[in-house]
Amino acid sequence: MTEIRFDRAPGDRSVLPETEEKTSAGVLVYTIGLVIAATLTSISFWVANTSLLWAPGIPLGLAVLGIAQMGVHLVFFLHITTGPDNTNNVLALAFGVLIVILVVAGSLWIMANLNNNMMPPLELMDLHMQR
Amino acid sequence: MNLTVAVGEVDRPSLPSTSQAGPAPKRIVVAYGFWIFLLSDVVMFAALFAAYAVLATATSGGPTGAELFDQVSVGIETACLLASSYTCGLMSLAVGSRRRGATYLTAALTFALGAAFLVFELSEFTGMIARGATPQRSAFLSAFFTLVGCHGLHVSAGLIWLSVMMVQVAVKGFRPTVERRLQCLSLFWHALDIIWVGLFTVVYLMGVRP
Repeated sequence: MTEIRFDRAPGDRSVLPETEEKTSAGVLVYTIGLVIAATLTSISFWVANTSLLWAPGIPLGLAVLGIAQMGVHLVFFLHITTGPDNTNNVLALAFGVLIVILVVAGSLWIMANLNNNMMPPLELMDLHMQR
Repeated sequence: MNLTVAVGEVDRPSLPSTSQAGPAPKRIVVAYGFWIFLLSDVVMFAALFAAYAVLATATSGGPTGAELFDQVSVGIETACLLASSYTCGLMSLAVGSRRRGATYLTAALTFALGAAFLVFELSEFTGMIARGATPQRSAFLSAFFTLVGCHGLHVSAGLIWLSVMMVQVAVKGFRPTVERRLQCLSLFWHALDIIWVGLFTVVYLMGVRP
Protein backbone atom coordinates (compact mmCIF):
# COMPACT_ATOMS: atom_id res chain seq x y z
CA MET A 1 0.00 0.00 0.00
CA THR A 2 2.75 2.44 -0.86
CA GLU A 3 0.72 4.45 -3.36
CA ILE A 4 -3.03 4.87 -3.07
CA ARG A 5 -4.84 6.30 -6.07
CA PHE A 6 -7.65 8.49 -4.79
CA ASP A 7 -9.67 10.79 -6.97
CA ARG A 8 -8.44 14.32 -7.30
CA ALA A 9 -10.37 17.05 -5.51
CA PRO A 10 -11.88 19.62 -7.88
CA GLY A 11 -9.57 22.63 -8.07
CA ASP A 12 -6.48 20.65 -7.07
CA ARG A 13 -3.53 20.28 -9.39
CA SER A 14 -2.19 17.10 -7.77
CA VAL A 15 -3.42 14.54 -5.26
CA LEU A 16 -1.20 15.77 -2.46
CA PRO A 17 -0.88 19.55 -2.57
CA GLU A 18 1.82 19.59 0.12
CA THR A 19 4.22 17.63 -2.08
CA GLU A 20 3.35 19.67 -5.14
CA GLU A 21 6.11 20.70 -7.49
CA LYS A 22 7.38 24.25 -7.33
CA THR A 23 4.75 26.99 -7.07
CA SER A 24 6.23 28.77 -10.09
CA ALA A 25 4.74 26.02 -12.29
CA GLY A 26 1.33 26.70 -10.72
CA VAL A 27 1.70 30.44 -11.31
CA LEU A 28 2.58 29.70 -14.93
CA VAL A 29 -0.64 27.67 -15.42
CA TYR A 30 -2.79 30.46 -13.97
CA THR A 31 -0.97 33.07 -16.05
CA ILE A 32 -1.47 31.12 -19.28
CA GLY A 33 -5.17 30.84 -18.40
CA LEU A 34 -5.40 34.56 -17.68
CA VAL A 35 -3.78 35.49 -21.01
CA ILE A 36 -6.01 33.15 -23.06
CA ALA A 37 -9.17 34.25 -21.20
CA ALA A 38 -8.32 37.95 -21.62
CA THR A 39 -7.66 37.41 -25.34
CA LEU A 40 -10.99 35.61 -25.80
CA THR A 41 -12.82 38.36 -23.87
CA SER A 42 -11.35 41.13 -26.00
CA ILE A 43 -12.20 39.18 -29.18
CA SER A 44 -15.78 38.86 -27.87
CA PHE A 45 -16.07 42.61 -27.28
CA TRP A 46 -14.53 43.33 -30.70
CA VAL A 47 -16.90 40.90 -32.45
CA ALA A 48 -19.93 42.46 -30.74
CA ASN A 49 -18.99 45.99 -31.84
CA THR A 50 -17.46 45.55 -35.28
CA SER A 51 -19.28 46.01 -38.57
CA LEU A 52 -16.73 43.99 -40.53
CA LEU A 53 -18.37 40.61 -39.87
CA TRP A 54 -21.52 39.06 -41.29
CA ALA A 55 -24.15 40.31 -38.83
CA PRO A 56 -26.43 37.20 -38.58
CA GLY A 57 -23.45 35.03 -37.64
CA ILE A 58 -22.34 37.22 -34.74
CA PRO A 59 -24.55 35.69 -31.97
CA LEU A 60 -23.27 32.22 -32.87
CA GLY A 61 -19.69 33.47 -32.87
CA LEU A 62 -20.21 35.10 -29.46
CA ALA A 63 -21.67 31.86 -28.09
CA VAL A 64 -18.66 29.89 -29.35
CA LEU A 65 -16.22 32.41 -27.84
CA GLY A 66 -18.10 32.33 -24.51
CA ILE A 67 -18.11 28.52 -24.32
CA ALA A 68 -14.42 28.44 -25.26
CA GLN A 69 -13.65 30.86 -22.44
CA MET A 70 -15.62 28.77 -19.93
CA GLY A 71 -13.50 25.80 -21.05
CA VAL A 72 -10.32 27.81 -20.50
CA HIS A 73 -11.49 28.68 -16.97
CA LEU A 74 -12.28 25.02 -16.23
CA VAL A 75 -8.93 23.76 -17.49
CA PHE A 76 -6.53 26.45 -16.28
CA PHE A 77 -8.26 27.80 -13.14
CA LEU A 78 -10.16 24.74 -11.87
CA HIS A 79 -7.64 22.18 -13.26
CA ILE A 80 -10.28 19.81 -14.63
CA THR A 81 -8.51 17.19 -16.76
CA THR A 82 -9.48 14.04 -18.61
CA GLY A 83 -7.31 11.88 -16.33
CA PRO A 84 -8.77 8.84 -14.53
CA ASP A 85 -8.50 10.59 -11.13
CA ASN A 86 -10.84 13.30 -12.44
CA THR A 87 -13.63 11.02 -13.70
CA ASN A 88 -16.04 11.85 -10.88
CA ASN A 89 -15.54 15.59 -11.25
CA VAL A 90 -16.03 15.43 -15.03
CA LEU A 91 -19.13 13.23 -14.72
CA ALA A 92 -20.76 15.61 -12.22
CA LEU A 93 -19.88 18.51 -14.50
CA ALA A 94 -21.30 16.72 -17.54
CA PHE A 95 -24.57 16.09 -15.70
CA GLY A 96 -24.75 19.78 -14.73
CA VAL A 97 -24.13 20.82 -18.33
CA LEU A 98 -26.87 18.44 -19.50
CA ILE A 99 -29.40 20.00 -17.11
CA VAL A 100 -28.32 23.51 -18.12
CA ILE A 101 -28.78 22.72 -21.81
CA LEU A 102 -32.19 21.10 -21.17
CA VAL A 103 -33.43 24.07 -19.11
CA VAL A 104 -32.19 26.82 -21.45
CA ALA A 105 -32.83 25.22 -24.83
CA GLY A 106 -36.12 23.68 -23.67
CA SER A 107 -37.44 27.01 -22.37
CA LEU A 108 -36.46 28.85 -25.55
CA TRP A 109 -37.99 26.15 -27.75
CA ILE A 110 -41.29 25.93 -25.87
CA MET A 111 -41.71 29.69 -25.55
CA ALA A 112 -40.94 30.25 -29.25
CA ASN A 113 -43.58 27.66 -30.10
CA LEU A 114 -46.12 29.34 -27.82
CA ASN A 115 -45.36 32.73 -29.34
CA ASN A 116 -45.95 31.32 -32.82
CA ASN A 117 -49.06 29.24 -32.13
CA MET A 118 -50.92 31.39 -29.60
CA MET A 119 -50.56 34.80 -31.19
CA PRO A 120 -53.34 36.93 -29.65
CA PRO A 121 -55.79 38.91 -31.76
CA LEU A 122 -54.57 42.28 -32.92
CA GLU A 123 -56.52 44.38 -30.40
CA LEU A 124 -54.86 42.48 -27.54
CA MET A 125 -51.34 42.70 -28.93
CA ASP A 126 -50.24 45.76 -26.93
CA LEU A 127 -51.01 44.00 -23.65
CA HIS A 128 -48.67 41.14 -24.40
CA MET A 129 -45.11 40.72 -25.41
CA GLN A 130 -44.08 43.09 -28.12
CA ARG A 131 -41.41 42.38 -30.66
CA MET B 1 -11.51 -12.52 2.64
CA ASN B 2 -7.79 -12.37 3.30
CA LEU B 3 -7.22 -14.59 0.31
CA THR B 4 -9.06 -12.21 -2.03
CA VAL B 5 -7.04 -9.24 -0.86
CA ALA B 6 -3.83 -11.19 -1.27
CA VAL B 7 -4.75 -12.25 -4.80
CA GLY B 8 -5.60 -8.67 -5.67
CA GLU B 9 -2.25 -7.51 -4.37
CA VAL B 10 -0.44 -10.11 -6.35
CA ASP B 11 -2.27 -9.05 -9.51
CA ARG B 12 -1.47 -5.36 -9.22
CA PRO B 13 0.93 -4.87 -6.34
CA SER B 14 1.59 -1.15 -6.68
CA LEU B 15 -1.97 -0.03 -7.45
CA PRO B 16 -4.62 -0.97 -4.87
CA SER B 17 -8.01 0.12 -6.20
CA THR B 18 -9.88 3.00 -4.62
CA SER B 19 -12.42 0.69 -2.98
CA GLN B 20 -9.65 -1.25 -1.22
CA ALA B 21 -7.98 1.91 -0.05
CA GLY B 22 -10.87 2.90 2.23
CA PRO B 23 -12.58 6.28 2.50
CA ALA B 24 -10.98 9.16 0.63
CA PRO B 25 -9.30 11.96 2.60
CA LYS B 26 -11.66 14.61 3.90
CA ARG B 27 -10.10 17.23 1.64
CA ILE B 28 -11.31 15.34 -1.44
CA VAL B 29 -14.75 14.55 -0.01
CA VAL B 30 -15.38 18.17 1.04
CA ALA B 31 -14.24 19.65 -2.28
CA TYR B 32 -16.31 17.13 -4.25
CA GLY B 33 -19.40 17.93 -2.20
CA PHE B 34 -18.87 21.64 -2.76
CA TRP B 35 -18.36 20.93 -6.47
CA ILE B 36 -21.83 19.32 -6.57
CA PHE B 37 -23.30 22.35 -4.76
CA LEU B 38 -21.68 24.63 -7.33
CA LEU B 39 -23.22 22.62 -10.17
CA SER B 40 -26.66 22.98 -8.55
CA ASP B 41 -25.99 26.71 -8.29
CA VAL B 42 -25.15 26.75 -12.00
CA VAL B 43 -28.44 24.97 -12.71
CA MET B 44 -30.27 27.73 -10.80
CA PHE B 45 -28.49 30.33 -12.91
CA ALA B 46 -29.51 28.34 -16.01
CA ALA B 47 -33.16 28.86 -15.03
CA LEU B 48 -32.55 32.62 -14.68
CA PHE B 49 -30.69 32.66 -18.02
CA ALA B 50 -33.64 30.86 -19.64
CA ALA B 51 -36.07 33.43 -18.19
CA TYR B 52 -33.91 36.27 -19.49
CA ALA B 53 -33.50 34.73 -22.94
CA VAL B 54 -37.26 34.22 -23.26
CA LEU B 55 -38.10 37.74 -22.04
CA ALA B 56 -35.23 39.65 -23.70
CA THR B 57 -37.52 41.15 -26.33
CA ALA B 58 -40.49 41.77 -23.99
CA THR B 59 -39.64 45.42 -23.38
CA SER B 60 -43.28 46.56 -23.30
CA GLY B 61 -42.40 49.82 -25.06
CA GLY B 62 -39.76 50.62 -22.44
CA PRO B 63 -36.01 51.02 -22.86
CA THR B 64 -34.17 48.21 -24.65
CA GLY B 65 -30.82 46.70 -23.81
CA ALA B 66 -29.11 48.57 -26.65
CA GLU B 67 -30.23 51.89 -25.10
CA LEU B 68 -29.27 50.97 -21.53
CA PHE B 69 -26.03 49.00 -21.58
CA ASP B 70 -22.66 50.72 -21.48
CA GLN B 71 -19.96 48.56 -23.07
CA VAL B 72 -17.08 50.41 -21.39
CA SER B 73 -18.45 49.81 -17.90
CA VAL B 74 -19.14 46.14 -18.73
CA GLY B 75 -15.61 45.78 -20.07
CA ILE B 76 -14.15 47.16 -16.84
CA GLU B 77 -16.36 44.85 -14.75
CA THR B 78 -15.23 41.86 -16.83
CA ALA B 79 -11.56 42.79 -16.46
CA CYS B 80 -11.96 43.21 -12.67
CA LEU B 81 -13.61 39.82 -12.24
CA LEU B 82 -11.14 37.99 -14.50
CA ALA B 83 -8.17 39.54 -12.68
CA SER B 84 -9.73 38.67 -9.30
CA SER B 85 -10.12 35.07 -10.46
CA TYR B 86 -6.40 35.07 -11.30
CA THR B 87 -5.37 36.49 -7.90
CA CYS B 88 -7.71 33.97 -6.24
CA GLY B 89 -5.79 31.20 -8.01
CA LEU B 90 -2.53 32.70 -6.76
CA MET B 91 -4.05 32.77 -3.28
CA SER B 92 -4.77 29.02 -3.37
CA LEU B 93 -1.14 28.45 -4.43
CA ALA B 94 0.03 30.57 -1.48
CA VAL B 95 -2.24 28.60 0.86
CA GLY B 96 -0.91 25.33 -0.57
CA SER B 97 2.67 26.29 0.31
CA ARG B 98 1.54 27.96 3.58
CA ARG B 99 2.97 31.40 2.89
CA ARG B 100 1.00 33.73 5.13
CA GLY B 101 2.13 37.07 3.67
CA ALA B 102 1.43 36.02 0.10
CA THR B 103 -1.97 34.72 1.16
CA TYR B 104 -2.92 38.06 2.72
CA LEU B 105 -1.61 40.01 -0.30
CA THR B 106 -3.46 37.95 -2.93
CA ALA B 107 -6.62 37.87 -0.79
CA ALA B 108 -6.52 41.67 -0.48
CA LEU B 109 -6.09 42.00 -4.26
CA THR B 110 -8.98 39.58 -4.85
CA PHE B 111 -11.17 41.52 -2.42
CA ALA B 112 -10.28 44.90 -4.00
CA LEU B 113 -11.00 43.67 -7.54
CA GLY B 114 -14.27 42.02 -6.48
CA ALA B 115 -15.33 45.17 -4.65
CA ALA B 116 -14.46 47.28 -7.73
CA PHE B 117 -16.66 44.97 -9.80
CA LEU B 118 -19.55 45.49 -7.36
CA VAL B 119 -19.09 49.28 -7.35
CA PHE B 120 -19.28 49.42 -11.15
CA GLU B 121 -22.30 47.13 -11.21
CA LEU B 122 -24.16 49.14 -8.54
CA SER B 123 -23.44 52.45 -10.29
CA GLU B 124 -24.77 50.87 -13.50
CA PHE B 125 -27.94 49.78 -11.66
CA THR B 126 -28.51 53.18 -10.04
CA GLY B 127 -27.95 54.90 -13.40
CA MET B 128 -30.55 52.65 -15.02
CA ILE B 129 -33.05 53.18 -12.21
CA ALA B 130 -32.52 56.95 -12.39
CA ARG B 131 -33.50 56.78 -16.07
CA GLY B 132 -36.74 54.99 -15.20
CA ALA B 133 -35.49 51.51 -16.13
CA THR B 134 -36.64 49.86 -12.89
CA PRO B 135 -37.46 46.15 -12.52
CA GLN B 136 -41.16 47.10 -12.57
CA ARG B 137 -40.92 48.72 -16.02
CA SER B 138 -41.00 45.61 -18.22
CA ALA B 139 -40.54 41.84 -18.16
CA PHE B 140 -37.16 42.30 -19.84
CA LEU B 141 -35.95 44.53 -17.00
CA SER B 142 -37.36 42.19 -14.32
CA ALA B 143 -35.42 39.30 -15.84
CA PHE B 144 -32.31 41.45 -16.24
CA PHE B 145 -32.25 42.64 -12.61
CA THR B 146 -32.99 39.12 -11.33
CA LEU B 147 -30.17 37.51 -13.33
CA VAL B 148 -27.46 40.17 -12.93
CA GLY B 149 -28.54 41.02 -9.37
CA CYS B 150 -28.36 37.36 -8.34
CA HIS B 151 -24.81 37.17 -9.67
CA GLY B 152 -23.98 40.41 -7.82
CA LEU B 153 -25.37 38.91 -4.60
CA HIS B 154 -23.14 35.87 -5.10
CA VAL B 155 -20.13 38.16 -5.50
CA SER B 156 -21.08 40.02 -2.29
CA ALA B 157 -21.40 36.72 -0.45
CA GLY B 158 -17.99 35.70 -1.80
CA LEU B 159 -16.44 38.95 -0.53
CA ILE B 160 -17.90 38.44 2.96
CA TRP B 161 -16.68 34.83 2.94
CA LEU B 162 -13.20 35.97 1.87
CA SER B 163 -12.98 38.47 4.75
CA VAL B 164 -14.14 35.85 7.25
CA MET B 165 -11.54 33.40 5.93
CA MET B 166 -8.74 35.94 6.29
CA VAL B 167 -9.75 36.48 9.92
CA GLN B 168 -9.67 32.70 10.41
CA VAL B 169 -6.20 32.47 8.84
CA ALA B 170 -5.02 35.24 11.16
CA VAL B 171 -6.55 33.72 14.30
CA LYS B 172 -6.39 29.96 13.68
CA GLY B 173 -3.54 29.68 11.16
CA PHE B 174 -3.41 27.10 8.36
CA ARG B 175 -5.37 24.32 10.07
CA PRO B 176 -6.85 21.55 7.89
CA THR B 177 -10.37 22.93 8.46
CA VAL B 178 -9.33 26.42 7.42
CA GLU B 179 -7.54 25.05 4.36
CA ARG B 180 -10.63 23.12 3.25
CA ARG B 181 -12.76 26.26 3.61
CA LEU B 182 -10.25 28.25 1.56
CA GLN B 183 -10.32 25.50 -1.07
CA CYS B 184 -14.13 25.75 -1.31
CA LEU B 185 -13.91 29.54 -1.43
CA SER B 186 -11.58 29.47 -4.44
CA LEU B 187 -13.86 26.96 -6.22
CA PHE B 188 -16.80 29.32 -5.53
CA TRP B 189 -14.93 32.35 -6.83
CA HIS B 190 -13.81 30.64 -10.07
CA ALA B 191 -17.38 29.40 -10.63
CA LEU B 192 -18.67 32.99 -10.27
CA ASP B 193 -16.27 34.08 -12.98
CA ILE B 194 -17.46 31.27 -15.28
CA ILE B 195 -21.07 32.41 -14.76
CA TRP B 196 -20.05 36.00 -15.51
CA VAL B 197 -18.59 34.84 -18.86
CA GLY B 198 -22.01 33.51 -19.84
CA LEU B 199 -23.65 36.62 -18.43
CA PHE B 200 -21.71 39.26 -20.32
CA THR B 201 -21.90 37.20 -23.51
CA VAL B 202 -25.67 36.66 -23.40
CA VAL B 203 -26.87 39.85 -21.70
CA TYR B 204 -24.45 42.59 -22.62
CA LEU B 205 -22.95 41.52 -25.98
CA MET B 206 -25.81 39.66 -27.66
CA GLY B 207 -28.35 41.98 -26.03
CA VAL B 208 -27.07 45.11 -27.76
CA ARG B 209 -27.32 43.65 -31.27
CA PRO B 210 -30.13 45.41 -33.17
